[in-house]
Amino acid sequence: MLLSYLKIAWKVLLRRKFFTFISLFGISFTLMVLLVVVALFDHAVGPHAPETRLDRMLFVNFLHIKYKNGGNQNSPPSYYLLNRYVRQLRTPAKVAIHSLFHATPSYVGNTRLDLDLKYTDDAFWQVLDFTFAEGKPFGEAEVKSAARVAVINRTTARKYFGTDQGVVGRTIEINQTAFRVLGVVEDVPVMRISSYADVWVPLTTSPNDLNRVTLTGEFAAIILAKSPADKAAVQAEFDQMVKRIPLPDPKEMDHLDLHADEILASYSRQLMSPLTNYTSDGLNMLYSILGGLALLFMLLPALNLVNINVSRIMERSSEIGVRKAFGATSRTLIGQFLVENVFLTALGGLLGLLMAYVALQLIGGAQILAYAQFELNWRIFGWALLVTLFFGVLSGGYPAFKMSRLLPVQALKGVRN
Amino acid sequence: MENILAQSAVRPQATAATLAATAQPVIQLRDIEKVYQTKTIETVALNRVNLTIHKGEFVSIMGPSGCGKSTLLSIIGLLDEPTSGVIELDGRPVQSYSDKELAALRNQKIGFVFQSYHLINDLSVLDNVELPLLYRSGVGGRERRERAYAALDKVGLSARTNHFPSQLSGGQRQRVAIARALAGNPEIILADEPTGNLDSVMGEEIMDLLLGLNRQEGTTIVMVTHDEQQAHKTQRLIRFFDGSQVQ
Repeated sequence: MLLSYLKIAWKVLLRRKFFTFISLFGISFTLMVLLVVVALFDHAVGPHAPETRLDRMLFVNFLHIKYKNGGNQNSPPSYYLLNRYVRQLRTPAKVAIHSLFHATPSYVGNTRLDLDLKYTDDAFWQVLDFTFAEGKPFGEAEVKSAARVAVINRTTARKYFGTDQGVVGRTIEINQTAFRVLGVVEDVPVMRISSYADVWVPLTTSPNDLNRVTLTGEFAAIILAKSPADKAAVQAEFDQMVKRIPLPDPKEMDHLDLHADEILASYSRQLMSPLTNYTSDGLNMLYSILGGLALLFMLLPALNLVNINVSRIMERSSEIGVRKAFGATSRTLIGQFLVENVFLTALGGLLGLLMAYVALQLIGGAQILAYAQFELNWRIFGWALLVTLFFGVLSGGYPAFKMSRLLPVQALKGVRN
Repeated sequence: MENILAQSAVRPQATAATLAATAQPVIQLRDIEKVYQTKTIETVALNRVNLTIHKGEFVSIMGPSGCGKSTLLSIIGLLDEPTSGVIELDGRPVQSYSDKELAALRNQKIGFVFQSYHLINDLSVLDNVELPLLYRSGVGGRERRERAYAALDKVGLSARTNHFPSQLSGGQRQRVAIARALAGNPEIILADEPTGNLDSVMGEEIMDLLLGLNRQEGTTIVMVTHDEQQAHKTQRLIRFFDGSQVQ
């Protein structure tokens, strides 16, 4: 019976090619966009190297100072603040401090090479899991002595030295300062803001005065908890610590907000601050907005599908009448139309998957985002397909239910009620 | 396989009187009324119809257009519900039957032949003929196929199994429709103007087929027709006028 249903579903699809195209395009295009967005999302906040231990990581990268006159100041925290307070926490396994990355000029012959440079401490290499193609990271001694050493990524090695092998020990000149290459790591995508750079050097080589007593700066910290379950304890200690940070200008300043957040929360706290007014990380709000947008986005092809299915099923009332006359129950008929619909949605889903794969290859290949490597997330594809199937079942179920309730004689006469 | 078309030249000789005496009533209608009601108009399609049809009978129903013949056939075939009255099939009233039970009755006891064939254009001839067996539990794909082939053989269309309805003539389509009605091996065939859309030669062909079925297989047939000549070939002729039986 299933084969017969599929056979007729295929025939119906072929019979109304334009409507089939519209339906399939709606489903597959929606799925493609969703999958691409999810792949980008996963690329930015999923547990990928070198941030593989995301379940144990907390990020401190956003400082908000509230002024008594109602004003707000948003900034990354200073090295002083992170080193003086965050590094002293007792519950974490490790605390790494790093600067934001900056495009820094370098020259290969006469060709200018803009390299993204990041200043880090030695804990940075222990908290994050970089893959070393060769060499090793710098350690405590190099950081303490402000040694002019660097870790570079594979692409920089290729661009600067013309090879990514045997470059350890060679010198790379960045912003007119020579650094000895200690190690070469695999490229890190630019969307992994905390770990990304082309060149990493000890933070003590920074031209800025790290010990300047100020709250705002251009640094961030990555805290590694002893276990995923331990993150809550780290956050509790962190929040207590923040209360002890003195305000440099208590007459003008009301309070400061500094949080140790999971990766997505660390972004949403900044992104959603105009809506949350700095009272929360805004993650639930972000999820609601993203979920709502996704739902709206899926609702359009779903409604289109409902519309097409209503006319598609209604115009087959004579067939329904015949099937009823020869023994089909209402339930069987609903089943038949649902199978047809699920067949159509599954087809659209597969096409969507294919289109998403091609789109991600194109985006990756175009290198719009540096070092981007996109992967299709099967779990999300499963969910998206499930939701589309759900809409498919609903959109097919309603008209099928309506038709199945007709008396056979009405269906044979083409009565549509 | 015996081809009914080739052997249906002899007219069945049994009369209504002899059947009434010997055979069981297979269809009984008691005080059947069918009223179509709109906001302003009430139309009586069937007015207290009482009718008994015996096993193995070939009954034709005649009357002017709109007199209720097709409505009656739909009610007998459980395709429509009467406004009031009792329908009995094999002595059992069917009014209280559920959708599932009615579907099973239609599937196992009744085969329909419609004036406009009502074949499913997206399915091949063979798939169309298999349709009643698709809804019958315990009939596997292979058996379905064999029985459909046998039914098509009976109507002389075994060479057209893979054709689609649109590739056939009107007469051939009606023969496919008859094969579909036969595939489930029903006790009753209800034919609503089966020759109405056909020319006289094809009409004769279909009529001979039905007569052969009745004579050789003992299938009970109720046929609505406008053709006096064909009606007279059946064992009993019932005339309708304005929703009432007049003869």
